[in-house]
Amino acid sequence: MSGRAVLTGKHFMHGDHACAEGAIAAGCRFFAGYPITPSTEIAERLARRLPEINGTFIQMEDELGSIAAIIGASAAGVRSMTATSGPGLSLMMENLGLAVMMEVPCVLVDIQRGSPSTGLPTMAGQSDVMQVRWGSHGDYRVIAYAPWSPQEVFDLTILSFNMADRFRVPVLLMADEVIGHMVERVEIPAEDQIPRWSRKRPLHPPNGSFRAFLPQGADLVPPMAHAGEGYKVHFTGLTHDERGYPAMTAEAHQRLVTRLIDKIQSNADEIVRTEPYYLDDAKIVVISYGCTARSARRAVEDARQLGMPVGMLRLISLWPFPEQIVEQLAASAESFIVAEMNLGQMSREVERVVKQPVEGVFHAGGAMIPPEPILEAIKEVAGRG
Amino acid sequence: MAETLLAEKHPLDDIIRADRLPHIWCSGCGIGIAMRCYAQAILESDISVDQHVVVSGIGCTGRVAGYMNLDSYHTTHGRAVPFASGMKLANPDLMVTVFSGDGDLAAIGGNHLIHAARRNVDIKVICVNNFNYGMTGGQTGPTTPFGARGTTAPYGNPELPFNLPYLLAASGANYVSRWTTLHARQIKQEILNTFVKPGFTFIEVLAPCPIGFGKSNSIDAGLDEMELYRERCVLVNDGVEMEEYGIDLREERPIYVGNFIDRDQLPYRAVVTQNRVRNG
Repeated sequence: MSGRAVLTGKHFMHGDHACAEGAIAAGCRFFAGYPITPSTEIAERLARRLPEINGTFIQMEDELGSIAAIIGASAAGVRSMTATSGPGLSLMMENLGLAVMMEVPCVLVDIQRGSPSTGLPTMAGQSDVMQVRWGSHGDYRVIAYAPWSPQEVFDLTILSFNMADRFRVPVLLMADEVIGHMVERVEIPAEDQIPRWSRKRPLHPPNGSFRAFLPQGADLVPPMAHAGEGYKVHFTGLTHDERGYPAMTAEAHQRLVTRLIDKIQSNADEIVRTEPYYLDDAKIVVISYGCTARSARRAVEDARQLGMPVGMLRLISLWPFPEQIVEQLAASAESFIVAEMNLGQMSREVERVVKQPVEGVFHAGGAMIPPEPILEAIKEVAGRG
Repeated sequence: MAETLLAEKHPLDDIIRADRLPHIWCSGCGIGIAMRCYAQAILESDISVDQHVVVSGIGCTGRVAGYMNLDSYHTTHGRAVPFASGMKLANPDLMVTVFSGDGDLAAIGGNHLIHAARRNVDIKVICVNNFNYGMTGGQTGPTTPFGARGTTAPYGNPELPFNLPYLLAASGANYVSRWTTLHARQIKQEILNTFVKPGFTFIEVLAPCPIGFGKSNSIDAGLDEMELYRERCVLVNDGVEMEEYGIDLREERPIYVGNFIDRDQLPYRAVVTQNRVRNG
């Protein structure tokens, strides 16, 4: 390692380290976290790397403090991140809602392990995907991406920062223990090839009239002023009006919460990411993500060899759920199979969107689902047809 | 005939969000006095108003952030200190003050408070202690005196309260003081002192809460509690052990006020930089 921010070149890199390097490449200069397996290597890497490039690393007393600190740092204008796993993510649910309500961009990395509770600290899971969607109280929307390789951990960490700033919303990078602890080739591009989107910023210098929560443009995103710039902003977790002032009325609440949701939903096309495999003529569609998608792809390839009309949709974005893409597939597909390392979470989203039967290949977690049970499910569904 | 004098401008007009008045605080509440001291200290500080940031948690005192015409952040219950820590570390040019209540800072936020003091992060904490949870209607909290009554301790508080100056001193804060809302000039001066004091600083401000705390404890009006402060406050001197700073309103014990701790441990950021130069 060195004092360079972007380690351009080809590396044989650990998934958690790829996350740390992706964050630095994206311009993240503040990390607050609390050690937790299997995400700790992200903190360790950043503890060494951030000071080299005038960034700040701080180990907090718990995950409640970690997320509070990154929201504070981001409100001061610095790209900020924390990393955790299930038990820590549960503690972060409180201030996930605060970041949504205050519209403060930040990135939360969740290297998922077997859950619930302390579960399987060193072994993989994918069972936090519904928690990030629903776990903080109230109606809200966040963005979540699920990488399936260390390279994609690097790439999606950068995308997460860009999306967080673009929409002023927390973005969750939902990897799993397999991907976090996997070592693979990671290619880091030249610094000028790293995409960096800026936050929408006030158009005018401070003159007392800036309304910090007035959306500017059709995307419903307000420009963001940072602490110390003279705009004298007020940010609160209370329901607020366009000035940021508390507004304790049903009308103000309806207006604010609806906008916070529409801000994500109406821009879903810009946020959603998926990858198709053999889908052009597929009658059976396998949907998977993260490490499980690696097994699912193998199962789909094997089934194709056997002549079965099967394809795969890999979810890269979990939230917003790519429902339009799944709806389009449902126009010609006869059945769906969802493979995931939990007992049926994203499969419920598929069931919500399609009318066809949805088979699940589920496992509570602890070990990657191998290709065989997915292939068996494909054969069974194909046999029925 | 008396002449009517009209002021064009209140001295604090620029620093209070007057468009948010009237405030939510009850008649006799002490929080406004503490906030006024903070506002005055900002105006008298050599630091530009744009650099001052106020961060609050939840509760009556937590509403201070909403009334100050500064960059102001009203965070979640208990999390003002870590939020402020992140903000200060991200932009060291800011003067970040946490203005919150005893329940917010010492109960739900207690762990953050002691760890920020231990780390000696360069934030300025003003803790208004009114001995109870006022906004929710007078429940006991971590500072409620032993035996005092609250809506959740109708037979008397069975728990010993935190002695906050002692707690913060043991945790490593660079500067620890206590005053009451009777001591407006001293509060303002102490806030000014903390603005020029690097590291973690803590000022406890005892404040009347006649509606929440007073009504259950025979301190019916805000002025009655101010009178109690006047009778019982004693300026701390070297002969008093910190264990003695605990507050027991039932007994005729002194309430010690003044500056208890003033030391010059290097703040967190400076230590980080020093370590990196030495060991990098």
